[in-house]
Amino acid sequence: MFKPHISIQKLNVFYEGHHVLKDITVDIPEKRITAIIGPSGCGKTTLLKSLNRLIDLVDGVKVSGNVLVDGINIYGNGLDVTNIRKKMGLIAQVPNLLPMSIYDNTAYGSRIHGVKDRKELNQTVERCLRVSGLWDEVKDRLKDPASKLSIGQQQRLCLARALAVEPEVLLCDEPTSALDPISARHIEGQLLTIKKDYTIVFVTHILRQAKRLADYVVFLYFGELVEHGPAEEILTNPSEPRTQAYLKGEIS
Amino acid sequence: MDKRKLEENFFKGLMIASTIIIVGSLLSVLVVVLFRGAPALSISMLAQTPKGGYYLGKEGGILNAIVGSLYLAGGATAIAFIISLPTTLYLNEYAYRSKLASFTRQSLDVLWSVPSIIYGVFGFTIMIYLSIRASLLGGIMALTLLELPIMIRAMDEVMKMVPLKLKEASYALGATKLETTLNVIARQALPGVVMAILLALGRAIGDAASVLFTAGYTDNIPRSLFDPAASLPLAVFFQLGTPFPEVQQRAYASGFILLVIVLSLSVASRLLTRRFMRYVIK
Repeated sequence: MFKPHISIQKLNVFYEGHHVLKDITVDIPEKRITAIIGPSGCGKTTLLKSLNRLIDLVDGVKVSGNVLVDGINIYGNGLDVTNIRKKMGLIAQVPNLLPMSIYDNTAYGSRIHGVKDRKELNQTVERCLRVSGLWDEVKDRLKDPASKLSIGQQQRLCLARALAVEPEVLLCDEPTSALDPISARHIEGQLLTIKKDYTIVFVTHILRQAKRLADYVVFLYFGELVEHGPAEEILTNPSEPRTQAYLKGEIS
Repeated sequence: MDKRKLEENFFKGLMIASTIIIVGSLLSVLVVVLFRGAPALSISMLAQTPKGGYYLGKEGGILNAIVGSLYLAGGATAIAFIISLPTTLYLNEYAYRSKLASFTRQSLDVLWSVPSIIYGVFGFTIMIYLSIRASLLGGIMALTLLELPIMIRAMDEVMKMVPLKLKEASYALGATKLETTLNVIARQALPGVVMAILLALGRAIGDAASVLFTAGYTDNIPRSLFDPAASLPLAVFFQLGTPFPEVQQRAYASGFILLVIVLSLSVASRLLTRRFMRYVIK
């Protein structure tokens, strides 16, 4: 059995009258890769953004239900949303670099959370860039604008930047969809190496990718949670007809 | 096929023609000003204040107006910037779709097209109320009012262009709104902000009507905020108004100096922004 880290309870999300997520209840296991799969527009990204409350930024959105992280409801009253987001790193679909140098991008999170010491920042930057497999490629040009990197490198920089705030959870929103196959493999490999230390929630619509990475699978279909369970069970022997149809490629 | 090619060439020709008209008229203004003013251009024109009988075309220069204009426009631009930046950030990041924001935008768009003499009169009214004489301070106040709508709306448009994904990136790392605004949005928008400042400065330094009552005119260089201040546009205005050809020549020379000042500010700010441009996410 997996030990739960995030516990989603009766989560409902409405967006301007649309019921985008319907009564989602599922536990996300700790220090494993959980893949959220499902066809486009089924609410995968919305679910992910509900986990770090980035969904708050969307106009006209209403959320009900609980999301417990380490037993604390992140939708509870009087909670500091910045602390929640610090715990939950996010890798977006398209690399979303900040308008600054490679170094400053990586150090951004640490700086806003109060690290001023130059030496400490240097160490964090080096450590995180090493973990994301970028250090050797950029160590001589840390002051260069981050936007000069290739798109695959940019996504690894985003990973490093997320790691620098020492999160417990990494939320990945189809992080390889904009990348070439080699860079995509690179990111996947990185995630497999670090999953021993982080709870990773990975949104994907590529089944083969889910098979390669996932320990646990959550299948969403039009805002409903159809089925969830250990990857080998869901991906090889699903019990729900809709999951079976999706895996066979009959619905997408 | 032929028709499409014809269309393509026709509109291309149209665009080139419009560009030539624009650049051509600008150049002809420059050439006329330079040719008419050249005989009067001299070091003393730049380095001296008017000497006795200046309006009769005798001695001295227009240093009073050069310095006055720089003080007036510089002061107004600095104050306008200090007010504009927080306003713009508030409109975009804190109150984007609120009624207050749309009302503010609407009012600023109207104010943009208010003739500058109105700002002059309005500034003058306030000065009477505060019992300030025509002075550098009064001129700066009127020019600040003139600059605000331009600067805020120009910055506003730039800030609107900052992609949502940049803000998301910052928020996702646990940044607060203020941190995101100052570290990410302001930085990304910086080159555009500099252009907005320049736009407002250009309007202020070339404006005559709003400083006519508020700053007054003087042959001296202002020594304090409460001294009257001369300005280049008014210098041009007064010199052109005289019946003496020599003095009218000086008006063109003053105009040329004004053009050179604006041009060098523009070039300088472009060079400055190039540094920041490196980091902007395209």
